[in-house]
Amino acid sequence: MSNEFIETAEQREQLRRALEELKGVDGPLMKAMQIAQDIYGYLPYEVQVRIADALDVPLEEVYGIATFYAQFNLNPKGKYTVGVCLGTACYVKGSGKVIERVKEKLGLEPGETTADRKFTLMATRCIGCCGLAPVMTVGDDVYGNLVPENVDEILAKYND
Amino acid sequence: MKQVTLKINDVEVTVDAGTKILDAARQAGFEIPTLCYLKDVCNDGSCRVCVVEVKNAKNLVTACSATVKDGMEVYTNTDKVRKSRKTTIELILSNHEKKCLSCIRSQNCELQRLSLEYGCDEVKYVGAVNHYELDDSNPYLIRDNNKCILCRRCVNVCKKVQTVGIIGATNRGFATKIGCAFDKPLGETSCLACGQCINVCPVGALYERDDIDKVRALIADPDKYVIVGTAPSVRVGLGEEFGYPIGTDVEGKMVAALKTMGFNNVFDVDMGADMTIMEEGYELMGRLKDKTAALPMITSCSPGWIRYIESNYPELLPHLSSCKSPQQMFGAIMKTYYASKLGIDPKNMAVVCVMPCTAKKTEIHRDHQNASGYPDVDVVLTTRELARFIRSTGINFRELKDKEFDAPLGLGSTAGLVFGATGGVMEAALRTVADVVSGKSLDKIDYKAVRGTNGIKEATVDLGGKKIKVCVAHTIANAKKVLEEIKAGKSPYTFIEIMTCPGGCVNGGGQPIVPSRVRNFTDVPALRAKAIYDKDKKAPLRKSHENPVVKTLYSEYFGEPNSHRAHEVLHTVYSKREKY
Repeated sequence: MSNEFIETAEQREQLRRALEELKGVDGPLMKAMQIAQDIYGYLPYEVQVRIADALDVPLEEVYGIATFYAQFNLNPKGKYTVGVCLGTACYVKGSGKVIERVKEKLGLEPGETTADRKFTLMATRCIGCCGLAPVMTVGDDVYGNLVPENVDEILAKYND
Repeated sequence: MKQVTLKINDVEVTVDAGTKILDAARQAGFEIPTLCYLKDVCNDGSCRVCVVEVKNAKNLVTACSATVKDGMEVYTNTDKVRKSRKTTIELILSNHEKKCLSCIRSQNCELQRLSLEYGCDEVKYVGAVNHYELDDSNPYLIRDNNKCILCRRCVNVCKKVQTVGIIGATNRGFATKIGCAFDKPLGETSCLACGQCINVCPVGALYERDDIDKVRALIADPDKYVIVGTAPSVRVGLGEEFGYPIGTDVEGKMVAALKTMGFNNVFDVDMGADMTIMEEGYELMGRLKDKTAALPMITSCSPGWIRYIESNYPELLPHLSSCKSPQQMFGAIMKTYYASKLGIDPKNMAVVCVMPCTAKKTEIHRDHQNASGYPDVDVVLTTRELARFIRSTGINFRELKDKEFDAPLGLGSTAGLVFGATGGVMEAALRTVADVVSGKSLDKIDYKAVRGTNGIKEATVDLGGKKIKVCVAHTIANAKKVLEEIKAGKSPYTFIEIMTCPGGCVNGGGQPIVPSRVRNFTDVPALRAKAIYDKDKKAPLRKSHENPVVKTLYSEYFGEPNSHRAHEVLHTVYSKREKY
């Protein structure tokens, strides 16, 4: 997986402005991190350093929060997030085997992104449609009643 | 202040409103065990060892963080309380590497002591255990997360007292560990090397890098002439390792011990401090005359502070005195002047310094610290290492007869000695500068405004009719306030002393570790500093420029303070370092 940090001038400016506005605000750190993740999709080293410097907090504090909350990503996100539900209902209906097939097919562990930044694999908790178990999502699309053999064909649809 | 009356174990006690149960209990005569709590450092209430029962409260409460209330009834030692504490300790032990036999903190470990007191079964809870690599990426300390109990004292001292926050908790739940941002090893960060994290660690998760074997090898080498020098604060700390009360001066026994250990000379780094005062004092006077020079001038003795300014305020580096620290001046003088006096090649001389400091272990590796062409200082031992070294040789420290430092270079003034306490460098410098500027030997030499443990102290002093404002700050939290003033162009000061550690070197990161049950109720730096000032009060030689060794060094070798040769041997340079 390529982890090289790439940004557009527009992203850079957006973050700069957001951090400028947060200076002097009470408890700005979490907010800054959320905005930064909205802009970049994840919180790379370079972005965490800019947040730490702008808000005068230790880099370790930013990193500590980024690793504490599952909602923050340290790795770049792909165009499509593949979520396989490992909640109780999906799991007993065989989602463990489904995620194994996705891992094998994309060569990823949960949380990782393919080198072409197309797919990110996430192991999710219950997404609230247990009637369809086992369930996986690709972007905003939901696929239910899966068997591992369905995985190849689903992923193949996202060929743009 | 409003008073509150409550009962602790049926004993009535009246305390100030806002007092924590822990302190109120102490006043009532009861000790409550603590593990994560440390006065002025950590009050996260996370370990749950200090729980007590409060009448009508639903659950047990943490005595370190719960405030007293009027009419409160507290029980500190009920069955329920003891059972809860025992379970807590046993759970902590379940994920603690129990290599207690060889642990550096064995017999001085707060977890071990509690386990013993509560009769804990160390294998009661068997389950998953975390395994971590040692972080030994730097020359001063080692982190062993296998022993870490996640109390966060080190995190708090780094973040709140030193404000650098190099270490913190990362990840979550069972995977939580203490480390640096992006899991970098400590050696690749802008850690100050101050070692305060070691001093607050209740267990053996943090300890100084042990360099005793290097010293043994130097002593065993027949080609080496080995000199040892001891810093001002070591003599008022070392005794604690041998059972003396905090604040006992054991200089005579310390020297006697070193003299039996095979060093060719046992000298006093106080002499190096005297030389620092000469060079720094004249540098200040020079800057006062030079309209283009950067003022305020800031002291440069504390290597943790140097690491801080280089990484965080590089634009203020011109304000730093160019003087090497006393340790490095001491070593440089040994390998230039003294080596030529003895007629030996500095290559064959080794200088060992005993310091209350872990950052001194990094200072010796800095550039421009090798006046003779060889490192000014070869090895630094902390006070704790010296104690272990002495114990390992079988010397009965307490029975030693006092001895004096060797002639001719072992003589230091007590101006050099007071360097050990916050405000000491300032006071020593003022004693010399005031005399030089006025051309008289002044009697009024106690600058009490710069003594004591307030975080930032200031004074206005008269230097030959000219009044200047001076400032003393200790801990980086306080230093930062003073630096921000300079940065904003608003600093009212001419001369500033900055020390990295709270209370100065007497409380350095290499000093004996004082357990929280003592530290929470004792002002340790003040007691150690008192021993220094008591000695100074009675001493015959209290000014650096009156030290005959200093006079000889200038007349025979350096010419005058800030001379070309003095610059080559006794001064250094600083440079910006990356923050991340």
